[in-house]
Amino acid sequence: MAKAGLGLEITELRLGFGSNGHNKKRVFSEVVKDGKCSNESEELHNSQPSMNQIVGWPPIRSHRLKNIERKSNPVCSSESAKSYVKISMDGAPFLRKIDLKSHKGYHDLGTTFENLFGCDGGVLIKGSDWSQYTAIYEDKDGDWMLVGDEPWEMFIESCKKLRIMKKAN
Amino acid sequence: MPALMAFSFPEDVLEHIFTFIDSDKDRNAVSLVCKSWYDIERWSRRRVFIGNCYAVCPRIVIRRFPELRSLSLKGKPHFADFNLVPEGWGACVDPWISAMAEAYPTLEELRLKRMVVTDEGLELISRAFKNFRVLVLSSCEGFTTDGLGAIAANCRNLRELDLRECEVDDRSGHWLSCFPESCTSLVSLNFACLDGEVSFPALERLVGRCTNLKTLRLNRAMPLEKLPNLLKRAPQLVDLGTGSFSVDLYPELSSNLLGAVTGCKALKSLSGFWDVAPACLPSIYPVCSGITSLNLSYATIRRPDFVKFVSQCHNLQQLWVLDYIEDSGLAAVASSCKDLKELRVFPSYLNDAEQNFQLTERGLVSVSEGCPKLHSVLYFCHQMSNEALFTIARNSPNMTRFRLCIIEPHTPDYLTLQQLDAGFGAIVQHCKGLQRLSLSGLLSDRVFEYIGNYGKKLEMLSVAFAGDSDLGLHHVLSGCPSLRKLEIRDCPFGDKALLANAAKLETMRSLWMSSCSVTLGACKLLGQKMPRLNVEVIDERGSPDSLPDDCHVERLYAYRTVAGPRFDMPSFVWTVDEESNARSS
Repeated sequence: MAKAGLGLEITELRLGFGSNGHNKKRVFSEVVKDGKCSNESEELHNSQPSMNQIVGWPPIRSHRLKNIERKSNPVCSSESAKSYVKISMDGAPFLRKIDLKSHKGYHDLGTTFENLFGCDGGVLIKGSDWSQYTAIYEDKDGDWMLVGDEPWEMFIESCKKLRIMKKAN
Repeated sequence: MPALMAFSFPEDVLEHIFTFIDSDKDRNAVSLVCKSWYDIERWSRRRVFIGNCYAVCPRIVIRRFPELRSLSLKGKPHFADFNLVPEGWGACVDPWISAMAEAYPTLEELRLKRMVVTDEGLELISRAFKNFRVLVLSSCEGFTTDGLGAIAANCRNLRELDLRECEVDDRSGHWLSCFPESCTSLVSLNFACLDGEVSFPALERLVGRCTNLKTLRLNRAMPLEKLPNLLKRAPQLVDLGTGSFSVDLYPELSSNLLGAVTGCKALKSLSGFWDVAPACLPSIYPVCSGITSLNLSYATIRRPDFVKFVSQCHNLQQLWVLDYIEDSGLAAVASSCKDLKELRVFPSYLNDAEQNFQLTERGLVSVSEGCPKLHSVLYFCHQMSNEALFTIARNSPNMTRFRLCIIEPHTPDYLTLQQLDAGFGAIVQHCKGLQRLSLSGLLSDRVFEYIGNYGKKLEMLSVAFAGDSDLGLHHVLSGCPSLRKLEIRDCPFGDKALLANAAKLETMRSLWMSSCSVTLGACKLLGQKMPRLNVEVIDERGSPDSLPDDCHVERLYAYRTVAGPRFDMPSFVWTVDEESNARSS
């Protein structure tokens, strides 16, 4: 109750610097992209550094920041945005599970097909006359559809299950 | 008589002799001897390094050096790494590529740092230069994996594709599959900064057929289970960047990995280690004794695991770690790694309440005590003392690069609560070969007096939240005879020191000042006085014509140039000069 708010604060990771001497939350500011830089920093020099956001301090490159933050903040958003679906391939003994939302598009999905089943991912999507296999998915209505017809965003919303099917001939 | 003979020395003999002269400095010296030497030298120069892409323009370079094979270019100022340069500032490489596509069809190497690269540019490189071999992009941005695909597909003789900490729009891992089956020339492949997965089968095949592959740096998306197969195909590897180093290590994978690693007898450099699970580390132990360079700065493992690992690396020369290593971990490094030359300790950014480890100035002191060859340091910590700095200075007189970042600005000596002037003063005094210095903590004008006086070899100085007055800046600009780059943020330095030392700026590559007390009027004056400087005011509040002369500019970037003002500036950048109306493009 009263604790809930406190708990959230403790798990939230921030960086930057606080005022001298206090045990502080640190807040690190990301780039101020649309140029809101003002002469605030002059005031900063004169007063105690109590403001929370200093652009570019400490001097850590953003790629390093990104990786460290990602690792050490387990409560970050990516957990909630996953969307795992089962995927089977005719002839393979085990099914696999993949996270659709972590893919950027059909091309990415094709790469995953390759990595999971060793097949040529590219030709599976939208079918091809040369390939023995084709990729289909089960949608919310229970119908089996060909992968690749819909825009990607619609596809990940409606896809419940994937199957790499051997073609009839 | 002998003098006449010297003048009739055949040109091709001279040219042949010049081929033994490699360093830029020496070649520049040779070119100044006389007109004929200038001419011979310029026709025989094959590689050029340009530290500031706006100091010169493609036309001038091409006119002087008609037969280049290798070009290195640097673009944005260093503080762009920390988001102090607004996006769109400049440093696009495309005009260079277009010009070179015509002038240098035999170009082989391109190395870019902090430049904006586009897919169109990459595509043009891949088509225009038939013998293109080396592409190194450090801290570059603006391109996608489509551009990489073009390079992979079209550069028949590609030896190096090295992406160091670039911001790449990762559209798909398909780019790697664009290397044709006929490609066997790769020596170095580094895609550690990419987000997405590449096709494992394609990578395995590529690695298998490039038998000269020495450097392979994978990205985080590459799971550990794939590593053994890659290593088995490339036992000749010298430099390995693993992908994610975490998996439930079932026995078969464990022995597979161990075997594969042991098979790489030439390994000297290790990096990667994202998400490392301590249980996976022992599979690397077999190669530790040969390792000279180790980057564990993405490995969030704790001190005991660090220590076990690092104490086996007796030949280590370069170590990058997180502060999880703690003072005692660094003490272990000091006793095990006697050849250590470079140390970087990065902060881990946990909430203070969760911080349960100890990394203080003591860690650095013990390394300076135990490692006599230490000459390059980058150290993030929360406390420092003058006493510690004295000790470090005395222990490491051969220090050439010393970058200390005390994370909270204006932090005093924690023992005496005094400024850290004397400590940094000791560093510049004892380390007579010091080339690069970054300051932090509570500092007055005094420290700049020491730096100006003693920093004879100092080439690059970074200053933040320091000093009291213009005197500080004046000490540096009127001293430091070797100074090339000066970057300052959030310091009370203003017009007086800048204008009094205007001439100094032409002896340097560049000066950056942001959030200081430099007025617009002074910038205009500076531009007026110094026609061979571009004095750029980077200010997002509006045109200098609309601002009063006595207002403080947000950012000043002044650099020497033979190319005149540039014409590719965005709306928030103005070159202020003698026209006294700010010029924008």
